[in-house]
Parts: sequence; structure tokens; C-alpha cells
Amino acid sequence: MLDIKNAVKVFEQGTMIEHTALDHLSLHLDAGEFVTIVGSNGAGKSTLFNAICGSFFLNEGSIHLDGLNLTLRPEHQRAKHIGRVFQDPMRGTAPNMTIEENLSLAHSRSTARALSFAPSRKEKVLFRDRLAEFGMQLEDRMKTKVGLLSGGQRQVVTLLMCTIVTPKLLLLDEHTAALDPATAQKVMDITKQIVQENHLTTMMITHNMSSALTTGTRTLMMDSGRILFDISGETRSRMTVDDLLTMYSNSTNQTFDNDRMLLANTK
Amino acid sequence: MKLIIGSLQLGLLYGILALGIYISFRILSVPDLTTEGSFAFGLSVSAAVTAAGHPVLAIPAALAAGAAAGAVTGILQTAFMVHPILSGIITMSGLYSVNLLIMGGASNLSLVRTDTLFKILPSLSKQDAQTVLSLIACLLTLCLLILFFKTHIGMCIRAVGDNDEMVRASSINVDACKILAFCISNAVIALSGALIAQYQGYADISSSSGILVIGLASVIIGEALFGRRSVTIGFISAVVGSLIYRIIIALATKYSPLPAYMLKLVSAIIVALALSLPALRLRAAVRRQKRRNPDA
Repeated sequence: MLDIKNAVKVFEQGTMIEHTALDHLSLHLDAGEFVTIVGSNGAGKSTLFNAICGSFFLNEGSIHLDGLNLTLRPEHQRAKHIGRVFQDPMRGTAPNMTIEENLSLAHSRSTARALSFAPSRKEKVLFRDRLAEFGMQLEDRMKTKVGLLSGGQRQVVTLLMCTIVTPKLLLLDEHTAALDPATAQKVMDITKQIVQENHLTTMMITHNMSSALTTGTRTLMMDSGRILFDISGETRSRMTVDDLLTMYSNSTNQTFDNDRMLLANTK
Repeated sequence: MKLIIGSLQLGLLYGILALGIYISFRILSVPDLTTEGSFAFGLSVSAAVTAAGHPVLAIPAALAAGAAAGAVTGILQTAFMVHPILSGIITMSGLYSVNLLIMGGASNLSLVRTDTLFKILPSLSKQDAQTVLSLIACLLTLCLLILFFKTHIGMCIRAVGDNDEMVRASSINVDACKILAFCISNAVIALSGALIAQYQGYADISSSSGILVIGLASVIIGEALFGRRSVTIGFISAVVGSLIYRIIIALATKYSPLPAYMLKLVSAIIVALALSLPALRLRAAVRRQKRRNPDA
């Protein structure tokens, strides 16, 4: 489904602060795989997502999604096939527009007719049904401005916006990190539900190591713009958080440096 | 009575200007300085075409002229990444020469002996024709804009002004939306200029200076009354704001000792005060907090 070959991205090339964010990284995802990604601060996790979404072009290498060469395509063209949820709940929605307008904006990418009224009556029914599945009472607040919702509610709306037209790839960039633990759990459950129902090919960056090992089908550990290791199947199901940390220090001769992640482990 | 009717007519015609400014200022959240140029562009195109004997044709011509001016600003801002304020200033400055060119090198053009839209309506007195035409023009523009911003493309434009990063991530072409919004906004502003030229019976290039502040004042007065709610209410409140602004101006010129040329200073002060209101409120709140809690 997703094929990244030999991706290189250097920021501030030719200056004192030159920094290689992606270092000859190659990655292949089969359709329906749910990959979790962990790594220390500055490992290149978000840079990898930015490269896939087209926030910048690669210095070297190529990106293909479902046979389509994305390498030099502009961001909005790729967005047709990719759904992305950010850590910051403010980023994925338009705060001064209502829930149904936000959803319609996302939905219409499949049916866009410029001068038809939006949201249409059909859309309103569809959105209400889909929101009702999540049990957050959002279906009764279709005309509420999204800016008035809580962070967790906004993330659920964003998740639905990203998946209401089934994307070829779903990218989740620490999308529960800004939420309180109970809400984070709820949003994570809804995420799993959506991914399972739609058989989505998904990549999820997380700072929570145990959730990285228990969610999805495969786990990547990234470091300095490379994939340090890639575990799946039986190896993964037997692995504990401590094993993961030991593997990390053995291969980099460093201890794991991610402030949030340490906190997550002391719980 | 004549004073009130006159200011209502002007309020409606300048209400169209306020509608155009509402699009850039509130929906896109960019104060668009192209306004000063595109209003005069509509004014001069309308005057020139009317003088050539086509007062009806003058309207679509002015709309097209305004849209073209908006497109220039929009393209500068998106494709060439020029600062939003600067790109408006650039278009506005360039248009100054263009407008003089259109009016044959003169800074004003009289339409006194030409047929204008306001004179060719049969079986209506001059004043009734003025009232009816300004009412129709303003309501028609208002309704079309309200409907447009309920369509898919209109919603995309609103979302671009609200959170353009999110729109980019939903596969909508943000740049195209912005350019289209500037085209519509400036076409509407030029329409206002075009009608004003025919209404007054002359076009004067200097009448567009400070027009942005007048439009902003209307938008802000409207918001003071209606609050900031939906786009539909926003459009309606902009027109109402313009009507109130014209009445204030009419009363001020009649009863205040200030000479008419002080009006723009008064408008500027109104707009500055209205825009500073949130900050002033915040400071007052902090001061109240301090008085209640001296240890803080």
C-alpha cells in the first residue's frame, strides 16, 4: 500500500545548523496494516508523516501510495488519499464552523460539486448516524461551533472527518497526547473501532510504549531519521516495554530520551 | 425627511461596499487594502462606460474590473507569497494610474448630461428611482452572497479564513479559494463604486480615499448591534451598520460644528476605538481584579 524508498530529508542544508531528519529511510506497509511508531525526541517520526503528507519534498528517494507516485505532488492532492490527526485538537477543525459544516467539508472531497448547498440533507443524516456510533452525544450538537467542544470531542470529530471518506492511509500523530487519561482511552477505543470497521492502513505515533505494543499489528522504533527496528508477529506479542527499552539502549548505546515517555512508564 | 431618505440611499449603496469588505475582513480575516483601488476602479469604469452611452453595461464591466483587481491581489498573496497587506497596497497603487487612464487622464468625470441607471427608469420620479434601485441592488447582492456562502465552495472559503491548515489537509485548494474570495470581495466593492458614480452623476478619483475605513466602520457598527454570529447575520449586520453610519454622518454634518472634511477623521476614530475595545475591556478587567485582590 505504502512504499517509501531511500527517503532523505536534510533541513537547513549548507548551513551551520544542517540537520538530517530522514536518513535513507525505507518502509513498506501492506494494505490493512496498523503500525505504531515510537522514538525519542527528534527521531524523525513527525518528519516522516510530513514527508508522506507533502509539507515538503524529499531531497532523495520516493514515496508511492497504492501505486501512485506521491513524491512531487502538492499537499492538497495527496490529502485526497491521506487522513491525518494531529496532537493539537485545534489543528484539525475549523473552530467557528459547526460540527456538520466541518464534517461536510471533509465529506465533500468525494462528491464535491462547487455550487450545491452544503451540508446537504443526505449528509446531515449520515453525519448524525456516524457520530451516534461513538456514544459521545455529539449527534445532538450538530449545529454547535466546534470551537466550543472539549479537546476529546474535537479529536473525535477530526477522526471522523479524516475517515468519513475512506482514506488509503490514516496518520495519527500522538492524537491522544493532549487529552486527560480517561478521554485519551475513550478516543483510542474509538480510533480502534474506526480502523477495524474500515480496514484502514494506519500509522500511529505514540509516546505510550505499552499502547504501542498492544495496539495494531506492527511496531517501529525510530532514531535519528532511521528505523532502528521493526517488530511484528510473535516477537511483538511477547515483547514488554522493558524489552523495548533494552533493545533501544543496546542498539544506540544511549538511554531513551523522551520526557513524556518516561512519565508514561512510571505510572 | 429628505435627509433621511438621502442617507438611506447612500447607506444601501455603501452597504454593498460593506458586504465586500466583510468578505475579506471577517471571512478571510485579512484587511484587504485593494478596496481603495477597486472601489475607484468600479467608479471610473462605470463612469467611462456610462459616458460612452451604456449605463447598464457599466455594471458588469465594473464587476469584472473589480474581480480582476481582486485576482491580482490574491495571486500576489498566494502564488508569489507577498505579505497580505503589501499585496493590497501594491494593487491599490497600480490601480491609481489605471483609473486615471480609464477616465482619460482626468481625475474626475461628469455624467450630468448622460443617461445613468437612475435616470432611465420610466414612470418614476428621480428620488423614487434612486431609492428603488439602491434597494434592489443592495438586497440582490446581499441575497446572492448569503446563498453563495451556503454552498460547498462558499463553505471552503469560510474554512480557509478559519483554519487554512485544516483545509489544506482536506484536499481543497487553499490558494484557489483565497483568490476566488478576493475576486468576489473586490467585484462587490467595485459594484458599489459603479453605482455611486451613476448615483452622484460624477466620478471623482479622490472619493475612494479612506473608503476602507468607512466600510470597516459599517461592519463594526453592525457587529456592535448583532454580535458576531453566523455569516448570514454578519452580512445583514454589515448593511444595517452602513445605514446607521450614513445617518450618523448626515446628522453630524447637519448639526455639528465640524466641517465636512473632518468626517474621515471621525470615522477613523470610531474604527480605532471599536477595534481597541477588546483590549480595553481586558485591561479594565485586570484593574478590577487588582483592586479586589491587592496581594496579587
